[in-house]
Parts: sequence; structure tokens; C-alpha cells
Amino acid sequence: MPSSIPKRILPRPTALTEAFWRGGADGRLRIACCRTCGLYLHPPVPICRACLGREIGFEPVSGHAVVESFTVNHQAWRPDLAEPYVIAVVELVEQPGLRLTTNIVGCDPAEVFVGQAVVVTFEAVEDLFLPLFRPD
Amino acid sequence: MRPLPRSAAITGIGVSQIGRRLGVDGLTLAIQATLRAIADAGLSPGKIDGLACWPGRMSDGSGSSPVGIWDLKEALGLGLSWYAGGVEGPAQLSSVLNAVLAVSSGHARHVLCFRSSTEGSARVAASSGATDDAQPRIEDASQWLLPSNALSLANYAALAAQRHMHRFGTTREHLAWIALNGRRNASLNPDAIYRAPLTLDDYMAARMISTPLSLYDCDVPVDGAIAVVVSAADAAADTRVPPIWIEAISGALRGRALWDHWDPTDWAGIDAAHRLWSMTELQPADIDFAQLYDGFSIVALMWLEALGFCAPGESGDFIERGTRIARDGALPLNTCGGQLSAGRLHGLGLLHEAVLQLRGEAAARQLPQPARIAAVSNGAGPIGACMLLVRD
Repeated sequence: MPSSIPKRILPRPTALTEAFWRGGADGRLRIACCRTCGLYLHPPVPICRACLGREIGFEPVSGHAVVESFTVNHQAWRPDLAEPYVIAVVELVEQPGLRLTTNIVGCDPAEVFVGQAVVVTFEAVEDLFLPLFRPD
Repeated sequence: MRPLPRSAAITGIGVSQIGRRLGVDGLTLAIQATLRAIADAGLSPGKIDGLACWPGRMSDGSGSSPVGIWDLKEALGLGLSWYAGGVEGPAQLSSVLNAVLAVSSGHARHVLCFRSSTEGSARVAASSGATDDAQPRIEDASQWLLPSNALSLANYAALAAQRHMHRFGTTREHLAWIALNGRRNASLNPDAIYRAPLTLDDYMAARMISTPLSLYDCDVPVDGAIAVVVSAADAAADTRVPPIWIEAISGALRGRALWDHWDPTDWAGIDAAHRLWSMTELQPADIDFAQLYDGFSIVALMWLEALGFCAPGESGDFIERGTRIARDGALPLNTCGGQLSAGRLHGLGLLHEAVLQLRGEAAARQLPQPARIAAVSNGAGPIGACMLLVRD
């Protein structure tokens, strides 16, 4: 089991995405949300695809999610990626289909399963707080 | 609305030399393939008035698509009435779909479609070089994937495969039969990259790439180029060989345009196939053979379902341990070996093979039974297109 996930390619936050990538500073996951109809929108967009509402804000969510799918990566796509690590798509409990691609950390990769309850944990990198998930 | 039937045909095909590491630049490969396709059609470069490619030139060092529209136009001295290249289209068949639109609307008579790749050589260069410590930050849609070190399409295909297994009970052995079928067919293709026999035991013992996908579930990067000529119906009479008619082609997209939403029952291939069948009187049972995208084994299974050859989730059992999709089976699949064994020719290799079979020019691997109607599909996840080809 890797002690940490290797070096990452990092996002450059913009006005549209900053609240997601930096909002975890206080330990809360923040997701774009339509102020008109309440639909969560991830990845964040400046309009609601359901009601076309233009007033989009970021709301703290519980951080609880379920593993929707996962894969244990074994291939060293880069020389520093030799250890197996878990890539997962998690679905936040707040809304069906509200998915994030992330890593599952804090357990052996062999222990991850579809349907597993997980909770957000943040990895601070430079000026960012990357939302990762661990068993709940 | 239904497009006009038989408004376009494939009138020429060409392939360059193909190999793991040729040490030949992408433009030279593209020139080999395109000149062969033009000659195959009985045309000269002066008759080509349209040019199309997907995804266009990518200057990312991956070798994935080192040649674009302007490179080839300049090299061959083409005079173009119409051209189209670029990444935002329904996968590899985008060039062909665009060409059909161009010739059927009168914007061009003979459109040359091509794809060149030097991924075989680029892979070697990447694995022997130092990594870049100062990775630039990203702000496009890849920011939702790459920071998780989901760095390869293999990871996204693995996530889709896991969903398929969890929901439908699909197994590694089901995936294996796609790989084994490809290898069996590749043994009859002198241009295939891997031709040595592959057994189920070999497959099961292979190292994992990204669970549940192992080495033999992933196609093989190569150096090579493919080209096809798409001609207007009336212009097809100018060409050397009997036209292979494009009965229907579609690249619809109705679901989410996100790789992490690639669900077995909701992805671009399903949208494209649904639209495809609405354009024709033909039905899945009419198809003599299929060339379905197999950049990863799971993708071929998902295309079998998307195109309605079997019900959603049933592709694993449908292929009947490879017998149904064998060259003497009811639905021969990927008769050149597919990308898993013949090499990653980016979908157009499968189209090239379909045309060879329909013409009866597939030599040792020519199907024993009559082959008059073919289905071809390309792409995965949020990008997918499919087409039906018919020989008179």
C-alpha cells in the first residue's frame, strides 16, 4: 500500500472552479449548486442544465459518498507511479449521478469495493485542497 | 429526418507500413497511406477536393496524431474545396462522417480521410526520458480526471469495465474471448503486430494494467497510417473499384459528455447506434460481420450491446466463448485481429478491414461466407460513431 499518492498534475483554479479546488481549507467539500432549482452541478458550470438558471453558488455538502466504480492502477504511466493506487468515481449522497473522479486512500487497495461508503478527506498541495476519499 | 441513402461511398483505401517502432515520421506514413488510397480509387491527387481528419494535429509529443490537415495538404499539393479537422467530434469516424456530409451536400466530390500515428515510437521515447518536474497546471476538462492520476484511457475503460462486471456479472473470461478472437484472426493477417497463439491461460496470467483490465485487454500502440477516400454517389462512377456504399453513419450524443459518466447503458455508442438504425431498413440480424472498436476489450463488448446485437449486459454470454464472433461464426468480429492484436490504427484500421472483406480482397483471412453488409464502430465513453457499409 502506498504511503502517499505520487506527484500530481494540478489544476489552475479559475473564477468558476476556485471554490471547489480551494474550498476544502476548512474541511468542507463545496459543490456548485443552482440557486433557483437546487440542482448540484459538477463539474461547475455557470448555468443550470435543468432550469437554465444563471445564479450558481457553491454549497458545502456532507462529504459522504459511495464508490460508484473504481480501478486499481498498476501501470507506471510515469516512472514515479510504480505503486498501485486506487482511482474511483464516487457518487455524493446529496444527489443521484453527482459524481467525482478521485482517489480512495487510507485503506489497502484490495479492500475497496463498489457500493462502499466513503467520506471526503483533503490533501493540501501548494495552494489547493484536493478532495480524496477514505472508507467511512 | 432521414439523410439520403447511398449518397456517399468508400471508393479507395490505403495503409502505410505498420510496426511497433518504425523510426519513420508521421507525415511520411500519412503520405504512404493516402497515395495508396488515391491510387486504389483510380484517382490522382488532383482529383481530391476534400480532406478530413480526426483529431487533427496534436503537438503533445504523444505521437497520437502528429499530422493535420495543413501538413498533408501542403505535402501532396492538394487543391481543396472543403476540409475539416479537429478533436471535437464523435471519435475516429468523425473524418468519415464529415466527408459524407461534404460529398452529399456538394461541397466536395472526393474526400480523403486519414489518420497517422507514431505512438509506437513515442512510447519508447517517453519511457526512456526524464519526467518533467514542472508539470504545467491545467484548466480544461482534464482537471476533473488527471489530478487523481487517472492518466490513461485505460483507467477510464477500467472504470467502465468494473461497472459492467458489477452490474451484469461480466467476467475476465468474457473479456478474454475478445482478445483471443483478435489474436486468432491476427494469425491470418501478415501485417498484424502480434500473431503468436494466445491461450486463455496466457490471458489470465497477464499482468494487470488497471483492474480489471490486464495487458491483453489493451490495444498496442504502433506507428502507421490509414486513409480512405469517400466519394459522392455520382462521382463514385469515376473510380476504379466497385463502390462500398455508406448505408448509414451516425455520431449522436445525448448523454453526459464526461468520461466518468461512461455507463454500460448510457454512453455515446448507444446514442449513435440508436440514431444509426433509425436511418435504415436494415436490422442487426442483417449484418454479415462487424468491425467494432477494441481499443480495450470491454469496448467491443459494449458496442455489441449498443448496436443491438444482444441485450444490454448480455454481451459476455452472447459471444459464446468466442465461437459466435469467430470467422466461421454467426457474427465474425474484428477479422484483421482488431487493435488488440493488429495494432492501434485508431479505428480507421477497422474500417479499412471492413472494406477489404466487402470487396473480397482480404486474402487468407477473407471470410468463408458471403460478406455483403458490415457494421463498423469507433470510439468509447462520450465519443462514439458507427456506420453500416453495403456492397451491391
